[in-house]
Amino acid sequence: MSQRPIAAVPRGVLALLALGLAGQVALKTAAPPPRAAAEDLTSPPSIAALRLASFGEPVALAKALMLYLQAFDYQSGSKVPYRDLDYDRLEAWLTRILELDPRGQYPLLAASRLYAEVPVEAKQRSMLEFVYRQFLLDPNRRWPWLAHATALAKHSLHDLPLALRYARAIQRYAVAGDIPLWAKQMEAFILEDMNELETARLIIGGYIQSGSVKDPAELRFLEERLKQLEARTAPGSGTTGDKSVR
Amino acid sequence: MSIVASLARTTLIEAVRNRLLWLAMIVVVIAFGLAQFLNQVAITESREIQTALLAAPLRVTAVFMLAVFVITSMVRESNDKIAELLLSLPTPRYAYLFGKLAGYALVAVILALISALPLFPFANSQGLVLWTISLVCELLVVTAMSLFCVLSLVQVVPAFAAVAGFYLLSRSMAAMQIIAGAPLQDPTLADRVVNSVVGLIALLLPGFDAMTQTTWLLGSAPGLGTLGHLVGQTALYLVLICSAALFDLYRKNF
Repeated sequence: MSQRPIAAVPRGVLALLALGLAGQVALKTAAPPPRAAAEDLTSPPSIAALRLASFGEPVALAKALMLYLQAFDYQSGSKVPYRDLDYDRLEAWLTRILELDPRGQYPLLAASRLYAEVPVEAKQRSMLEFVYRQFLLDPNRRWPWLAHATALAKHSLHDLPLALRYARAIQRYAVAGDIPLWAKQMEAFILEDMNELETARLIIGGYIQSGSVKDPAELRFLEERLKQLEARTAPGSGTTGDKSVR
Repeated sequence: MSIVASLARTTLIEAVRNRLLWLAMIVVVIAFGLAQFLNQVAITESREIQTALLAAPLRVTAVFMLAVFVITSMVRESNDKIAELLLSLPTPRYAYLFGKLAGYALVAVILALISALPLFPFANSQGLVLWTISLVCELLVVTAMSLFCVLSLVQVVPAFAAVAGFYLLSRSMAAMQIIAGAPLQDPTLADRVVNSVVGLIALLLPGFDAMTQTTWLLGSAPGLGTLGHLVGQTALYLVLICSAALFDLYRKNF
């Protein structure tokens, strides 16, 4: 269908259009940009309500919710992100998102790498425990986040017993073939850091004898480590103490 | 002026004869029944559950019914050549548009009132008044947008798709802006471009996410400032959409 030229439109209509457009842009520009402050994070709806709201697409809803959740209390600049969040509510949201999409890794990545790195020890610990509990539900898929939690417990919280608990969980429950040995060996190295030399020596010796270590370089590294531990635990070396945390 | 009033009146009669208002009543009864059923299941917060489960679906249903009615009514009028007949009369085109708009606006007000009716026993009165006025504002914007889309796109499916997209985008734009404004890494050029586009789109959309909130019915209602903002936003947006529709109508060759 052909159209008339713009000149056919009365000037009053053009003026009204320009006025309306300018007014709308001015109104929107004057309004403060939407921001999700920490206190705006409410408790999540029940999983049943979320499933209903997903219209049969729980995975898509989980992805969208995760993006929305991470925007809360995030402000680039001087303020430390996420510090003011209510971690109980945050944990409830992450749990719901994982219930909607159990195969999704994003919530645990966010928990271990974003929310567990705030400089508030109690919040860090609660997030690490959340990662630990979620790991136990699906160890073979979720072990990387507990491995990161182990590193945080060791280096950030300086809580070696906690790191040992996480490392042991990986060693015991993550049994899939594609789990790298470094993850399983974390227990031995944390024991060594705790001066549990005898236990560490037994664990590393057990790895070597089990035949599960195939890579020659890795085998050499472990044997070297074992020799060092044996030298340190030998009578007269002065560092034999095994306080046995088991 | 008489042609505007006549068009408004015939549009209202069309809504009645199409049984649109009956349909609205049936929807209200079904929603009320569903809310009562869920009330039996709920252990606590039964009033809140009833209110929320009534208000949110009624809002969306009113928008859906109104948009479909406006679009199908205009398309039917175009197919039956009634629009051409009306435009051949010695009246300006704006009178035709405002006549139709006035009729649909009346339908919108009636739909909003019907939707508010079942909330009366559960919601606080001040919040319900504000919620109803806000729903009227929202429906007026949807009416104008439907009229604009059907005049421009002529067919039912494209016009309805455009209105649905507009409505969903307007309701989720604030969340999209929040997400876009919180990048976890330093934003790249592509991120900045996307954020700018999101910002530009947001400038042109009404803030439906802040309108007709269910929380107003449950807790304390916001003050008159919120009402003023809602009405102002609606009036401004109506001016914008109506002038855009007029622009299209004046350029159209029948």
